[in-house]
Amino acid sequence: MKRRLEVSELIFKMISYVMLTVFALCCLYPFVYAVSASVSRKEYVEYSMIRRYEDVKEFDAEGNPVVPEDSGKAIEYIPVQKTDENGAPVVDQAGNPVYETDADGNPVTVPKLVYSERAQLILFPKEVQFDAFAWMFGQNVFWNAYSNTLFLTVYGTVWSLVVAVLGAYALSKKRLLFRKFFNFFLVFTMWFSAGIVPQYLNYIATKGVFNGMGITDDKWLVVIAMGMAAMNIILLRNTFENVPSEIEEAAIVDGASEFQVLRQVFIPMSKSTIATVALFFAVSRWNGYFWARQMISNPNEQPLQVYIRTKLDELTLSENLSAWRESYAADSVIYALIVCSIIPILVIYPFIQKYFAKGTNAGGVKE
Amino acid sequence: MKVSGSDYLVLDKEKGVWVEDPEQIVRDDVEKHYWKHVGLTILKDWRLYIMLIPMILVFLFWRYFPMYELLGSFKVDDGAKAVAEQYFKGFSNFKALLIGSGTFGPYSSQFWQALRNTFLLSFYGLCFGFPMPIILALFFNEIRSNMARSVYQVLTYLPKFMSTVVMTSLVIMLVKAGSTASNTNPGIIAQLLVNLGIVPQEAAQAGLLNNPAYFRAIYQISGIWETAGYDSIVFFAAIIAISPTSYEAAQIDGANKWAQMRYVVLPSILSTIVIMLITRIGSMLSIGYEKVILLTEKQQNAVLTTAQVVSTFSWAVKADNPGIASAAEMMNNVVGMLLVIGANTIARKASNVSLY
Repeated sequence: MKRRLEVSELIFKMISYVMLTVFALCCLYPFVYAVSASVSRKEYVEYSMIRRYEDVKEFDAEGNPVVPEDSGKAIEYIPVQKTDENGAPVVDQAGNPVYETDADGNPVTVPKLVYSERAQLILFPKEVQFDAFAWMFGQNVFWNAYSNTLFLTVYGTVWSLVVAVLGAYALSKKRLLFRKFFNFFLVFTMWFSAGIVPQYLNYIATKGVFNGMGITDDKWLVVIAMGMAAMNIILLRNTFENVPSEIEEAAIVDGASEFQVLRQVFIPMSKSTIATVALFFAVSRWNGYFWARQMISNPNEQPLQVYIRTKLDELTLSENLSAWRESYAADSVIYALIVCSIIPILVIYPFIQKYFAKGTNAGGVKE
Repeated sequence: MKVSGSDYLVLDKEKGVWVEDPEQIVRDDVEKHYWKHVGLTILKDWRLYIMLIPMILVFLFWRYFPMYELLGSFKVDDGAKAVAEQYFKGFSNFKALLIGSGTFGPYSSQFWQALRNTFLLSFYGLCFGFPMPIILALFFNEIRSNMARSVYQVLTYLPKFMSTVVMTSLVIMLVKAGSTASNTNPGIIAQLLVNLGIVPQEAAQAGLLNNPAYFRAIYQISGIWETAGYDSIVFFAAIIAISPTSYEAAQIDGANKWAQMRYVVLPSILSTIVIMLITRIGSMLSIGYEKVILLTEKQQNAVLTTAQVVSTFSWAVKADNPGIASAAEMMNNVVGMLLVIGANTIARKASNVSLY
């Protein structure tokens, strides 16, 4: 029986579509705008005045150009650039344009109508140019920052995952002595965190210890000391607890050691949770900013997020802005950096999205 | 062997005499050799305990040692003595923060302001940020086409995966001040708000983030933008778990859409809502410092009157007076923990679901 769509249902459906569309577009807009602003002409990004030239359409009887009334336009005489036989503009050895001259050596000029308009960038890029990207890709610091972020993400994720999987496996075993205590040890860190100042003092002390051990590269401090989350371990523990004990017993009867059981039974059987947790770790590593900035003293070791923020601070200072003479807007650089930092996430995002949904739903945990 | 004490004697009913209890002897034996037993168990499963070691060390070094540093809140700066001797000098730092007198006066007023801001940011988040994911989940449920729904979900979850730096950078750029030096206008969202008549032109030109009046709104709206889509996952999962027969039964009874919402959907997801609400109340005092610091770091100090939260306050005073900084965090965290434990207890009582 095909049910008639009720009026109230229809209204609610329409409201849903409209509201979701509005909200989704609001979510998307800042990113689209960032892309547009990173590739648009300088004046559009700055919302400043843009000078436009227009051919003169009307001349009076003496051949003088006529300015249309009330148009706000003015006449300016522009020198004509020399062109070769193919129509390409001629430049001298220094790359400066060469202008046409008449027989007396005076420059040839044509009248043009000139006017200013306020440049408006709302959504789509205007007068696309890639100068900001070109500048950024030419910076060694940028590539350094990018590779540092990759370093932190890869090593950090591997380290966190190894620690979490081993710990969660041990915690999932009922026969573990003091199991309750170890669980509490873990969960307590979710209830009570020391806060940023004690954490800071602690990392400073750790840094001293690491340096004393000969590890002068602060990236290793970030990899090893940071990024662990009790929540992820609990997620893994719950999954491991759900692996049927018969399978484990069968493996032990076959002579498997503890590590073999973990590697050949538990890990393959909990692949999707492990993938989820790995993604949680990886995203938090990729996005990590605050402690990396505080702890990594060498500017060449800083990750991308820190570089973005440093550039933002630098390029929004008014004295830097008033000295800005580039062909692209200062803001374009910031937007280009933002775009470059989110591209990797956008590329893998469609594939990982379902895992995140899964992990969040598995988050309703119990002890 | 001990035979004194009635624990060890049981009445043998057949013979009518008191004899030693064999079970108690075993218990006694286990107690006597408890640590030997522990040692043997550990030895048998030594691999399991090896696996535990990295986790224990990571949490001990970088989660528990900082808690020891918190004891610095009891410390009164006295350079002459060794650090260990300076601990446990009493509650003068706490007193200075709460009451404040003399040189500590400014600290105290700043602390109370920070506490108030922390509470208000959370409270507004509860009022405006909390219902959004529920509403979104109800809307998602109306989209029957899987394809369309995935598109909406992908788009609304997206901001959650951006780093705090990217998110705050976008916010800063979109509402930034206009610059007279380079003759530029304010950021696009600030201009939009001016055109809509929501904020005055001068405020937008001076930068909305420099203005204490707008900080809370910016914080909440960017928070909704960032998390509402992602947070709706939990509620959406609760809604799709409702059996279709419930809707059918309601329809047969003549319930229209609103009645179905009221009598089928809401009661079914109420427990999820309650749990999420309680969790949220539990984490009221843990406002993320990263976002606040990033949003206010390079802005004018005036904005701190509404933006300073307890963690950023202690971060700001850590160089001048680490004892005061630690004491502020200590109070914040202890109250925060009590809230979490209280919330968890209530959740357990209310729904038999414990969060941790």
